[in-house]
Amino acid sequence: MKVMVPVKRVLDYNVKARVKADQSGVDLSNVKMSMNPFDEIAVEEAVRLQEAGTATETIVVSIGPAKAQETIRTGLAMGMDRGVHVQTDEDLEPLAIAKILKAVADAEGAELVVMGKQAIDNDYGATGGMLAALLDWPIGSAANSMSIEGGAISVVKEVDGGLQTVKLQLPALVTADLRLNEPRYASLPNIMKAKKKPIEAKTPADYGVDTTPRLKTLKVTEPAGRKAGIKVEDAAALVDKLKNEAGVI
Amino acid sequence: MAVLVIAEHDNVSLKDATHKTVSAAAKMGGDIDILVAGKDVKAVMAAAAKIDGVRAVIGVDHASLERQLAEAMETVVVGLMGNYDAVLSPDTTTHKNYMPRVAAKLDVQQISSITGVESADTFVRPIYAGNAMATVQSTDSKKVVTVRATAFPAAGEGGSASTSESDAGLGALKSEYVGEELSKSDRPELTAAKVVISGGRGMGSGENFKLLEGIADKLGAAMGASRAAVDAGFVPNDWQVGQTGKAVAPALYIAVGISGAIQHLAGMKDSKVIAAINKDEDAPIFTVADYGLVADLFKALPEFEAELEKAGY
Repeated sequence: MKVMVPVKRVLDYNVKARVKADQSGVDLSNVKMSMNPFDEIAVEEAVRLQEAGTATETIVVSIGPAKAQETIRTGLAMGMDRGVHVQTDEDLEPLAIAKILKAVADAEGAELVVMGKQAIDNDYGATGGMLAALLDWPIGSAANSMSIEGGAISVVKEVDGGLQTVKLQLPALVTADLRLNEPRYASLPNIMKAKKKPIEAKTPADYGVDTTPRLKTLKVTEPAGRKAGIKVEDAAALVDKLKNEAGVI
Repeated sequence: MAVLVIAEHDNVSLKDATHKTVSAAAKMGGDIDILVAGKDVKAVMAAAAKIDGVRAVIGVDHASLERQLAEAMETVVVGLMGNYDAVLSPDTTTHKNYMPRVAAKLDVQQISSITGVESADTFVRPIYAGNAMATVQSTDSKKVVTVRATAFPAAGEGGSASTSESDAGLGALKSEYVGEELSKSDRPELTAAKVVISGGRGMGSGENFKLLEGIADKLGAAMGASRAAVDAGFVPNDWQVGQTGKAVAPALYIAVGISGAIQHLAGMKDSKVIAAINKDEDAPIFTVADYGLVADLFKALPEFEAELEKAGY
């Protein structure tokens, strides 16, 4: 079974996003960029499927600028077999990304796509669902665990009230939540080996996808700040303030 | 213009997130209809018909909709969209599961987790875990929008919308429901509670969350946790408040032993009043807290509970 994992290069999760003074977006110059943490979990899951003999080939795909190659190399160093880099300098929306990914999945004959449940930059949480719909595949969102048996995959999903299990016919798409696994660190030998693994270079035009944005970003601003309040002396003062000043208990 | 709002329910009762999503829809202008998709949902439909400002309630009753799985919901919603210019749902896990499918099938870019409506085509949504707010205008002919329900007031009751049933039009599905393991709790639901008390890594263990229970009982509070506490295995993931968990906006949020990581603040900084108990006086949580108590939580929590008792709670 061929397993495809799309990955996104995003502002590192430890770096605080700073809004640009002209309100055009978030400043990404000279900041640390990394693989979206949820995508790292998806890569780990694919590599484990390969180690278990379930996956015959694992393909890591990224759509983005030249530097997205580094993100693909991270996936290769973790153990993925080969990469596909669809190069574009535009900041594509999930719909355009999903259309390109559908074309890649079709071209590769992927039978399982595992990907992060959301990217931590734009927080749409939409690409996985869109890709599943375009492929007409069932989806297991926010996976906590998954197991493949015969032509089906069971996915335990994180839902608001707890956990829900669904069984999907393959081919299928799974989006990874935080508890699916703990991603490995790439070892130095594997990082060296990854440099020799192939990355195919493509463009959105190769797949005939119209990437015209559907949304216009009118402005990006700092969130309304909260001011620090006061410090209270002890628990009695806290109860008094909550009851008599704030009136919330 | 006509807007379809998708109801949040469990086949038995209509959830408050529906009323809040109706408020968001009302800001767009136009007629508002509510879709109740599920199994044996007559009572839920009747409740939805009472929401102020709603024109009609459409019920789609089908055994395959009992769990509102992604493929089935996609089929039902897409089938109705010929009559609507926009579809709005709460951004809970049920709807996050299929709304992107609806958007893709309609060839529309979804606008996720909005916290503001500027006009029928312009919305405000948090990005980068709420560290920036983006105002976006959709050029799509139809809008597919998920709503951060806690950012909107609940629409009132007193309406009398018409109700009708519509066919599901469902064929064979490629996915099936197997089972679920829901946390059992007599406490209010995290996203709907008036008071939320959450513990962080500072709690030290799952066992120590018992220290919060007595306080939660006295205040009728829901219990939550930071991602650090969930990652440490203290409590289940569905307690998680933050970017990767739930967004809450109660009247009072009490953060105990929570440092206040960006990702946690993203899920609770819209609370009306925030109180924080932490032994580190430089913890970032104090930069957003209205009332801060710098203290060892193992000493402060029993005192807090005793003081509540004294105050008659």
